[in-house]
Amino acid sequence: MAQDTLNHVKETTASKAGQSKVEFRHVSKAYGDEWDLEPVIENLSVDVLPGELTVIVGPSGCGKSTIVNLIAGFEKPDSGKILLDDSLVTGPARDRMVVFQESALIPWQTTYQNIVFGPKLRGDLKGNALRAEAERLLVKVGLSEFKNKYPLQLSGGMQRRAELARALINNPRIMIMDEPFRGLDAMSRGLMQEFFLRLFEENRRTNLFVTSEIDEAIFLADRIVVLSNRPAQVREVIEVNLPRPRDYKMLSSPEAYEIKREAMAILHEEAMKSFKSGAGADFAETYGKAGN
Amino acid sequence: MTDIAQPSHTGAPAMPKKRSHLQNLAANKSLWRGITAIAVFLVIWEIGARWDEWFGKEWMIPGIGLIPPPSDVFEAWLKVLPKPGYWNSWYQSLTRVLSGFLSAMIIGIPFGLALAVNKYFRDIFFPPFEILRPIPPLAWVPASLIFWPTNEMSIAFVTFLGAFFTIVINVVGGARTIDVRYLRAAQSMGASQWDLFSKIILPGTLPSIFTGAAVGMGITWEVVLAAEMISGGGTQGGGGLGFFIWNSYMGGSLEQIVVGMISIGIAGYLCSSAIRMLGDWFMPWRRLF
Repeated sequence: MAQDTLNHVKETTASKAGQSKVEFRHVSKAYGDEWDLEPVIENLSVDVLPGELTVIVGPSGCGKSTIVNLIAGFEKPDSGKILLDDSLVTGPARDRMVVFQESALIPWQTTYQNIVFGPKLRGDLKGNALRAEAERLLVKVGLSEFKNKYPLQLSGGMQRRAELARALINNPRIMIMDEPFRGLDAMSRGLMQEFFLRLFEENRRTNLFVTSEIDEAIFLADRIVVLSNRPAQVREVIEVNLPRPRDYKMLSSPEAYEIKREAMAILHEEAMKSFKSGAGADFAETYGKAGN
Repeated sequence: MTDIAQPSHTGAPAMPKKRSHLQNLAANKSLWRGITAIAVFLVIWEIGARWDEWFGKEWMIPGIGLIPPPSDVFEAWLKVLPKPGYWNSWYQSLTRVLSGFLSAMIIGIPFGLALAVNKYFRDIFFPPFEILRPIPPLAWVPASLIFWPTNEMSIAFVTFLGAFFTIVINVVGGARTIDVRYLRAAQSMGASQWDLFSKIILPGTLPSIFTGAAVGMGITWEVVLAAEMISGGGTQGGGGLGFFIWNSYMGGSLEQIVVGMISIGIAGYLCSSAIRMLGDWFMPWRRLF
């Protein structure tokens, strides 16, 4: 019986992974009260295509995290529609798993308890089947020896891998990564990017990856969506046609360099806009004067 | 792929070699430092207090010279140790502290959690709570002596108040600062409202509950002692360590006053140690090794 459940899960993983898509249709979202409304996203339409790794980059504070919260269902749009496989997103559910900034492992649960948390809540995977699936994922993320450790006892990279496993066990239709490797040192970050890429290339589960690092975007992405300054709109969509499987050496190829130049130009322009309109206005002015 | 997956740096230091409990204790440097510090403190106190005996009255060190030396205190202690009255004082103060403290926990934790998670409850109960909170527990003493039929009940009530406000405010603060990402992650995975409360909010509030308990326990001791002194123990056999000190003061026994003070110090230390141990036991995830 338990084995049946496991097989069933594997089947659905194999058949569904990489076939789901997300569509933003004219989505707007603002924060604040009616006297002081700050639009974060205005009339945004963007697609996360099936089986692709879509990376969203944009200047800091442009509303990237809001997009994540909207897809995940943590927040509701003021207007417009968000569709997951043609059905309206109404709230959080296991078909959209978020890997959060820094680490959002639950501190009072061990690595193992964190990983089995979702299935245990729902009771859809139990007993030996659950144990086997958890062990498989622990091996996959290289944390078998650390399954009884608490998150605080893990290194930054290990925490991220545990969180990946915790998301994957729920077999989501789409993985949403909100600057997941932020806060890691450069070495761990590089290793995590490669590890994550292998994981993605294994079954090409539809993935939305948010970052503010252009190198990370190019290394991982099938498509890069460059956002404008707040309120966020799509400035440019760049196809990244670097062959897979990828390794970090490709970042120094002429193609990658070309993409980087293109993206950097847009990002710099948008960043300067937000700089001038925001808290950096004084500095931008002085900076401009010094240039003259 | 596996080579990438291998941890590049582990968060787990090597386990120390197994040693017996006594060996561990003997090798515990913090423990030895603590013992040395107390010993040095006692020696300085002894010298300071006996200075005038050795060098004449005109050399008496102000303050410390008036206090009985620890050796005399120890002697006085040995005298009261076999007396049931002394232990009865311990028993009475401890019972009052524990009853006040436990009732504050039992009422305060659910009350604080309700304030934290329910907006309506908070809108209604937080304003009166915030007005009553700044009133020092001791300001309640006269009113509660009048209000409650027995001395014992008024002491218990004031003790309860001392811990209650601290515990509630800590629980509210703890529950409201739980990382929203834990709640969101759980929601995505299909958690019900009850799951969110029992698996995220409650364990997430535990550290603050224990902080509140530790602080609350300290306040409870302060309040009990003061209440015992004010109410005078009195007719119903009152007593308690507060009354023990007051009585010694009335009887002019300086040594016995200090005995009472140190007894309270020890009692308070035992209580906070118990809370710390419970905290470690309840929250294994906070241990970093």
